Amino acid sequence: MEQVTPATKTRLQRFFGSDVWYSFMRSPVAIISAIVTIGMILAAIFAPWIAPNNPFDLASISIMDGNLPPAWESAGDSRFLLGTDDQGRGVLSTILYGARISLIVGFFSVIFSMVVGIALGLISGYAGGRTDALIMRIADIQLSFPAILIALLVDGVARGVLPSELHTDISIYVLIFAIGISGWVQYARTVRGSTLVEKNKEYVQAARVIGIRPLTILRRHILPNVMGPVMVIATIHLAIAIITEATLSFLGVGVPPTTPSLGTLIRIGNEYLFSGDWWITIFPGITLVVLVLAVNLLGDWMRDALNPKLR
Amino acid sequence: MDLLNINNLRIEFPSRHGTVVAVDDVSLSVQPGEVLGVVGESGAGKSTIGNAVIGLLEPPGEMTAGHVLLKSEQIDTLNPEAKRKIRGRRIGMIFQDPLTSLDPLQTIEQQLVETIDLHLKLGEKKSQERAVDLLRQVGIPDPENRIKNYPHQFSGGMRQRVVIALALCAEPEVIIADEPTTALDVSIQAQILELMRRLCKDKQVGMIIITHDMGVIADITDRVAVMYRGKVVEEGTTAKILGDPDHPYTQSLISAVPRPDIRLRRFPMVNYIEAEGERSRNIDLSTHWLGRHRDFEAVDGPLLSLKDLVMTFVTKPAFFKRNRSTFNAVDGVSFDINEGEVFGLVGESGSGKSTVARMVCSLYKPAAGEVNFSGTDLTKIRSENERDFFRRQMQMIFQDPFSSLNGRMRVMDIIAEPIRFHQLASSNQEVEQIVNDLLDHVGLGAQASVRFPHEFSGGQRQRISIARALATRPRFLICDEPTSALDVSIQAQILNLLKDLQEELGLTMLFISHDLPVIRQMCDRVGVMKQGKLLEVSATEDLFEKPTAAYTRELLDLMPRLDKLSHEGLEVEGA
Repeated sequence: MEQVTPATKTRLQRFFGSDVWYSFMRSPVAIISAIVTIGMILAAIFAPWIAPNNPFDLASISIMDGNLPPAWESAGDSRFLLGTDDQGRGVLSTILYGARISLIVGFFSVIFSMVVGIALGLISGYAGGRTDALIMRIADIQLSFPAILIALLVDGVARGVLPSELHTDISIYVLIFAIGISGWVQYARTVRGSTLVEKNKEYVQAARVIGIRPLTILRRHILPNVMGPVMVIATIHLAIAIITEATLSFLGVGVPPTTPSLGTLIRIGNEYLFSGDWWITIFPGITLVVLVLAVNLLGDWMRDALNPKLR
Repeated sequence: MDLLNINNLRIEFPSRHGTVVAVDDVSLSVQPGEVLGVVGESGAGKSTIGNAVIGLLEPPGEMTAGHVLLKSEQIDTLNPEAKRKIRGRRIGMIFQDPLTSLDPLQTIEQQLVETIDLHLKLGEKKSQERAVDLLRQVGIPDPENRIKNYPHQFSGGMRQRVVIALALCAEPEVIIADEPTTALDVSIQAQILELMRRLCKDKQVGMIIITHDMGVIADITDRVAVMYRGKVVEEGTTAKILGDPDHPYTQSLISAVPRPDIRLRRFPMVNYIEAEGERSRNIDLSTHWLGRHRDFEAVDGPLLSLKDLVMTFVTKPAFFKRNRSTFNAVDGVSFDINEGEVFGLVGESGSGKSTVARMVCSLYKPAAGEVNFSGTDLTKIRSENERDFFRRQMQMIFQDPFSSLNGRMRVMDIIAEPIRFHQLASSNQEVEQIVNDLLDHVGLGAQASVRFPHEFSGGQRQRISIARALATRPRFLICDEPTSALDVSIQAQILNLLKDLQEELGLTMLFISHDLPVIRQMCDRVGVMKQGKLLEVSATEDLFEKPTAAYTRELLDLMPRLDKLSHEGLEVEGA
């Protein structure tokens, strides 16, 4: 037996000693995209404190400041670094607040998809037989529609069913549900595949010989061992969810204009693009592209780092 | 003049945890017509040598010293193109797995003719004739027609013959065979080895056989080099190395090989391998938790009695029952195991022996038949809670130590799980104390409990598995090929441990193995299985001395001859 290293390493110490951390420190792309992602998340969280002005405080905005170009142009105003929109709201501030909405919708819809997908995937893989066939056929049916169509459908049904003022209040939850329900299939399929592999491994059989009940086996033994690929999908799915949200908002079925997300901002700006006021749509657009790109690159790196075949 | 010379070879694998010296100052030579065996346990560096000779060292590995000479011509410094020309043409290769060393999309003919034409420039017609001739030489019946077939149309053994033909087709001077028979069943192994030896002598080819298997070494080699941690510790003629080894590592390696012809009381201490943590004897079993409550209710007759057990698997699943097709993996098996007895179950892969074990411990539900354990038919039990009472008495040790432990749990939690589930201890402190004692008892030491499974070697993991199985204080232990994934010296340690535990705790065991010599060491009575049926049950000595079933005789005949191995230091039972 090799020398016993001080055996009780904390979780954090083990993480910094791991191959994943090593691979992360060796990948400039991963480091940069992690910095960009975390930076944007922090900026969105602390938007009320760092935004130069509050675009939703009706007392402080003035229609007289409308359609100002960015500060470096001759007609620009130093109070609005990236210019203003038609109602005189600073574009920089609206982006910070908008990214907040985009990220909230993105994160929560991913978590929603993940919970539903993992649960159904585990049950499907472990139970097998008819349960499995049923869940997977539903997944197949859903996969034959584009995700955006399902999100649109859910959103549309919600609009039809709910009274309109109530819908405005809860539109963000409807959006999270719509995007979340359109994405669970991928998780379910991946988790089911991993579960089929794991459940035949001898450690699961050992637990069954001891007498451990199926739900405990799923939670204690199988779940931790199928989480690797799930984290990879979740990262890439976050980018997709943000894009989906932006698309829905651009089409005008997402969040209401009073609490604009990046997609809403792009749509508002789109109307002024031909009158030469490019900044209203370009800056939110760039923000969206950078955010999604950073998250995607991070997901790509993670897929490679966690894939034993590529090591 | 030597055919192939390896001089002072040193191969290093730089990694972020420091440089690993895989091969250290190794010198070997092969003469024409000679078979050199390179034997060693996993991690000894034997395959790395083979790969270095043919210039297929995997990065980041590199040769940092020494050279390889083929007929006095240095070949390790050649450019990749020149090396490629030597590979196949002058040095042939045979790899372990015949399933992956042939291209599944090309016929045998295409693969053979291409290789022959490439190296010998015979033209298509001549190459074809030569290909057919080669297949005949390696013993493929009806070669003119079979040559048109694809690899999947051949069995494993036939495919390995094709691989040998492929290695021979350019008339190489040297053949390197890396574990050529490890993926094959015993019955085929003997034929392939015989074929390789004959071809080597006929064509005056030098051959290096890399293997972990003393049986292969005894069957085919002229000379042997024994490797230990990257170094050649001993080299000599096969008779000398096997019969009268000098180096302590070779001695312990040979004494650890289970013999088909004798039964050992214990394997002599194999201390040259990973240090076996001293098994502490400071647990007094008469008062310790592990020894208490061993007064299971006595049973009339056998402890376990199987009656006409049948297991059916679905081979073609379908939503509706009538569309399914099925297959009987176990077909009417009945036998009894008495209290305190070690019962062996032997058979080739696919014979259904593991399926029997899984039905006994309720992992599979039998399609028909009875599993009577201490007088209760387990197949009749409906409630899980009722079943728990029997689960506690019956535990299992699995084959693959790398998948039998959950890598996300600490050893403490792995072993504590059955104790907590069956509520066998009153407090958390007691559970921890018991786990530490168990780890001590299987020779790992209590400090192991805070670590994770991946920090342990295969043998150590198997000890953890054993500790987990003991944690319910079972009276009946099922061992499903507990040592077939382990090196031979580790296997000896684990078999010793199992023997000791069986005696100390008076365990009853069902011991499953495909390896007859191991069965002979462990079991009191043996059942032989073939294609789901139990052919014969008899006392171990009787089975080996006067088998009744024809199939048993066949299995016994196919065992590698190990009678040349040194008997030094062995305590033979009954002698």
